[in-house]
Amino acid sequence: MSILSTRKADKIDALAEGGTSLAMDALRRTFRNPVAIIGLVIVALFVILAIIAPFIAPKDPYVPYPELQNQLTPSNIPGPMPGFVLGSDQNGYDFFSRLLVGAQQTLFVGVFATLIGVAIGMVIGGLAGAFGGWVDTVLMRLTDIMLSIPSLLLAISIAALLPGSQWTVIIAVAMIGVPVFARLLRGAMMAQRSSDHVLAATALGVKRRTIVFRHMLPNSIGPVIVQATLTLATAIIDAAALSFLGLGDSDWRRAEWGLMLGKAQELLSVKPSLAFYPAIAIIIVALGFTLLGESMRESLDPKNRR
Amino acid sequence: MLRFTVRRLLQAIPTLFVLSVLVFAWLRLLPGGPATALLGDKATPEKVAAMNAVLGLDDPIVIQYFRFLGRVLTGDFGASLITGDPVMTEVARAFPATLELSVAAMFLAVLFGIPMGYLAARFRGRFLDNATVVTTLVGVAVPVFFLGFLLKYVFTQEIALLPPSGRQDVLIDATRVTGIATLDGLLTGEFDATWDAILHLILPSIALASIPFAVIVRITRASVLDVQGEDFVRTADSKGLTTPVVRRRHVLRNALLPVSTTIGLQTGLLMSGAVLTEKVFAWGGLGTLLEQAIQQRDYPRLQGLILLFATVFVLVNLLVDISYAIIDPRVRVR
Repeated sequence: MSILSTRKADKIDALAEGGTSLAMDALRRTFRNPVAIIGLVIVALFVILAIIAPFIAPKDPYVPYPELQNQLTPSNIPGPMPGFVLGSDQNGYDFFSRLLVGAQQTLFVGVFATLIGVAIGMVIGGLAGAFGGWVDTVLMRLTDIMLSIPSLLLAISIAALLPGSQWTVIIAVAMIGVPVFARLLRGAMMAQRSSDHVLAATALGVKRRTIVFRHMLPNSIGPVIVQATLTLATAIIDAAALSFLGLGDSDWRRAEWGLMLGKAQELLSVKPSLAFYPAIAIIIVALGFTLLGESMRESLDPKNRR
Repeated sequence: MLRFTVRRLLQAIPTLFVLSVLVFAWLRLLPGGPATALLGDKATPEKVAAMNAVLGLDDPIVIQYFRFLGRVLTGDFGASLITGDPVMTEVARAFPATLELSVAAMFLAVLFGIPMGYLAARFRGRFLDNATVVTTLVGVAVPVFFLGFLLKYVFTQEIALLPPSGRQDVLIDATRVTGIATLDGLLTGEFDATWDAILHLILPSIALASIPFAVIVRITRASVLDVQGEDFVRTADSKGLTTPVVRRRHVLRNALLPVSTTIGLQTGLLMSGAVLTEKVFAWGGLGTLLEQAIQQRDYPRLQGLILLFATVFVLVNLLVDISYAIIDPRVRVR
């Protein structure tokens, strides 16, 4: 089939559906892109692993094993042995099981950090975009100030205030995203305000509430979703950075890749794989979310619409 | 131009003002308040009360704030709990190290980023382009500190090629002039000291450069692609200019405009990255100061550093805006 006829078929499909929304169109274009498929596969595998990990982990990740602990010395951490695929971690726990279960905790941190960031950011951005005027000015100045602190420092200054727990990490990382989501939604809504269909709705006497929720928000949400996908990647990396700086979760037993990586740095000369495997897991997952997000962004760009 | 500059300067003032309020409030949000933070959790109530009196924490909050602002404006951030030295002295001592590392990293990022982005755009869709895009995506996905450790592991443990940490071999008794190790050697003629400092600089600057590099490649690529499609490029082509001339004068020169802005905006990323990189390589700059302050809960130092980093970031953004207005007159009217 030539390229021409494919396009023609698309056009007919579109006609049959009575025109497609930009969102549907973008979604369809996203999944025609092999890069997006790779990203989606990585993300899907990660989510599946996160769900089934506790059931397929060969050992309990939260229990030290005497046969591992016996061989544990400051200069030796047992490598692979029967029953323990990747050997021990620095505390005599089964490293392989911890890696598997780590997917779950990492997903948890990434998703909640992103969701909180999106939620707060959308409230700020939505209010600014819906009301405009001085509300907009005040809220946007606020986001400007948040943006004027380098992202990791913002997270550090929040994490340093709170006791070291998993939620501290989540909240600190979430705050990095707040100004970004706020500005993004506000920008998209501002563009909607002056668009023809909003003008038409206003002229028809539709209530402002309805206009905001039915017309402006749904049409502005695209960039937010894209950014959220990309933020999932950076959130996981930032959480790892906080752990590395000693601001992470104080529960050292928790099997979370960022925490495992952060704690393994001093043991690089003893057993480098303790750092390498969680790091590679983080890199692959971050890459997956980035590929997915970037290809979504590309297809949402009206310039690429055919 | 002057009006634009003044306007942007005036806009930065409220930002810095609110920032100072936030940083002031930040220390007061600490569990137990600043006195407990300074004395530690085991402080007796009497000691806390005495400390409150010393710090003037019994005064109204507004008075406290203006006192704080007055001190900060004169460069007094209090004394570090770890060393007892004024935070400003510590910062002045550590700053050259961070400056050296950041400049080296930015240099690498620009040196390799712009040509790679340009080449990727020229060979769009071909292998080189795809390889570049994949490299930049991976570059962003790798945690900076892990890249640092990887480099350190490979080049100092597997192949003992480069020094693992620090800024200079302790055996080299180099004369200090500016505090920038590579520069000092050149100024005093101690070239072996400079060489040693450069060797120490290689790995940390590569690690720190990774993210700005990826961003610069992507912006350059996108920008060159944009400009290539412009009418004036077609005009230049059709009036018979040779391809190299069109590329250099018309495409590259215009494409580098957005890139120059990005370079300024990378300062924030550099500061975040420097904290992590400095820890990996025991660099002893501002990042190390910050990291120690976190570990030991040295709040005066932490407060000073956060305010300082944010102020620098605001000022750099200001400079970027102004320089952009110089390069592109359209910005001034907006």
